[in-house]
Amino acid sequence: MSELAIDREIDRSKMQVSDEIAIQINGMNKWYGAFHVLRDINLTVNRGERIVIAGPSGSGKSTLIRCLNALEEHQQGQIIVDGTELTSDLKNIDKIRSEVGMCFQHFNLFPHLTILENCTLAPIWVRKTPKKEAEERAMHFLEKVKIPDQAHKYPGMLSGGQQQRVAIARSLCMKPRIMLFDEPTSALDPEMIKEVLDTMIELAEEGMTMLCVTHEMGFARQVANRVIFMADGQIVEQNEPEEFFNNPKSERTQQFLSQILGH
Amino acid sequence: MSEQNSVAFVATESIPPSPPPSSQVGAVKWLRENLFSNWQSTLLTVVSLLLIFQILSTLLPWVLNGVWTTSSLSECRDVLQGKFGACFSVLTERWNQLLFGFKYPSDQYWRPTLAFVFLLIAAAPVLFFDLPRKMLAFTVAYPFVAFWLIWGGTLMAPIVAFLGCAAAAYVFSAYGKTNFALGFIGAIAAALVVWSVGAVLIPEGANDSAILEHVPSRDLGGFMLNMMLGVTCVSLSIPLGIALALGRQSNMPLIKGLCVVFIEFVRGVPLITLLFVASVMLSYFFPPDATVDLFLRVVIMMTLFSAAYVAEVIRGGLAALPKGQYEAADSLGLDYPQAMRLIILPQALKISIPGIVNVAVGLFKDTTLVSVISLFDLVGMIRGPILGGSAEWNGVYWELWGFAAVLFFVVCYGISQYSQWLERRLATDHR
Repeated sequence: MSELAIDREIDRSKMQVSDEIAIQINGMNKWYGAFHVLRDINLTVNRGERIVIAGPSGSGKSTLIRCLNALEEHQQGQIIVDGTELTSDLKNIDKIRSEVGMCFQHFNLFPHLTILENCTLAPIWVRKTPKKEAEERAMHFLEKVKIPDQAHKYPGMLSGGQQQRVAIARSLCMKPRIMLFDEPTSALDPEMIKEVLDTMIELAEEGMTMLCVTHEMGFARQVANRVIFMADGQIVEQNEPEEFFNNPKSERTQQFLSQILGH
Repeated sequence: MSEQNSVAFVATESIPPSPPPSSQVGAVKWLRENLFSNWQSTLLTVVSLLLIFQILSTLLPWVLNGVWTTSSLSECRDVLQGKFGACFSVLTERWNQLLFGFKYPSDQYWRPTLAFVFLLIAAAPVLFFDLPRKMLAFTVAYPFVAFWLIWGGTLMAPIVAFLGCAAAAYVFSAYGKTNFALGFIGAIAAALVVWSVGAVLIPEGANDSAILEHVPSRDLGGFMLNMMLGVTCVSLSIPLGIALALGRQSNMPLIKGLCVVFIEFVRGVPLITLLFVASVMLSYFFPPDATVDLFLRVVIMMTLFSAAYVAEVIRGGLAALPKGQYEAADSLGLDYPQAMRLIILPQALKISIPGIVNVAVGLFKDTTLVSVISLFDLVGMIRGPILGGSAEWNGVYWELWGFAAVLFFVVCYGISQYSQWLERRLATDHR
């Protein structure tokens, strides 16, 4: 959990938060059986925000962002993503999922398909994009994440960092308006973390609305406009990164920060 | 080297790769390492060689002295004059019976033979997916062509059967996308309507004046019957097994319960009892005047039986997939049928190939069990008309059963080789 240096100037010209609401969560609760994982979550995310969610393991941060595209079901409260409320209605769920991109800790690329097929599958089948157009778009995004020459290989032949960048490109091919990152660098070697973070920074520079669960505090400090700290299923503290890191208010936050930054 | 033992060490040059020592290559090295590495393995090698020699010195003269041209066992003995040799004449003399059974009209043997050749063409694009996809059109038509070739009779029967399936496919493609249950039930209803209308339209006695002479199911036999049962049941049980495996994973308690009960029931019952049910008891469940063909009844039972096993094998494949694959498919907005067809099943089936092939090979060999319910498949032919029913060949056990074994071995070994090729061909994960 060391703080990885980000050795480049970040172009903030397009990183603007608009007034438009991208995600609204009102009084959301979730239980796993009898265990209360998420407790009274209230959160509003405006378009263009880059939010980092931090917290100790088991605090519910992954569960929270997985609720946003209904990979997990919430039992109480309201989640409105991009103007559509998440209910058990499958049509709404599929609509939201196709608008919200997601990257996982373990990449979850489809090992039986080539990199290019991984990227074109959802546009072709969900968006009904013609194959040629989907492939052009896939190549565009693969170039953006700097691995166009791997397009015809299978995921198993790529390094972890490359796989995670493919996973980001695969999400981008659906032209999402919101991107969710669930610990995208936790399964990577330090050398590869940087290439994935660089890709995420570029995405932020283009004004993408992003929610990242991550332990990369350097990324949080430099890219996020808001850091949310969760513990025991609730949002304990949130603030702008500068204030959050330099002047944490709650004791729980201070303890957490001293643990991950103190050595 | 010694520097590496001290605390501070810096490599001053990179070490280039060099070829292995000459004692590490060559045939003598292989022999020494694998057959004569120590006295135990030398002993084992010698004993094994002796054993192989014993077997071959008995088997080879028996085969090479074999008689192929006589017309009874006693003539064989006359020809051999006390020499040790096989009486393969039974195979040449009863060749057609072994392949087609003893009731299939002998001037019509070309029909099942042609159906077999067509089978190879129809199966090719399914088994080898590098072949042009247009060949699948022939595969779709094949069941109806083969039906007409083997059973003969009026051309109307396969046409009506085809139209029924086409109607079902049309209804499903029209409604299945928006509402799966509606499309599915509608498809079955459409097929039933077309079939019952067709059954009324086919005039009584249409089979008498047909281009191809009608051959009733009870006249089928020999290895042809094994092949027909094997191919039909395997190709029907795989889709049914997939459906059962997915049903068992379903969130809907009713569907899940039905699938679990079906699978557990069928797996808990010996195939032979199901076959007796098919041959004797199934008629109680049909209307009294309905005569459901015995072949069809056997096919239904064997298909259900192996589908339950295939379902369990595929369930293993589904369980072996990481949860992340389902989540990735979901997070991209794929709906359930798309996620299953494009992401989950291709991977789960790939994992399940060895198991499915195992079931297929087992099922193919189990088709010989129909000899117990007095169908004359290859085993039934050998046991009944050839060994038991004829004075000429009473006593040629080794030759006949050896032939049956070789025939089954060739097919089963082919299937297992194909599955190994398929596994290599589909290996993309480079683990």
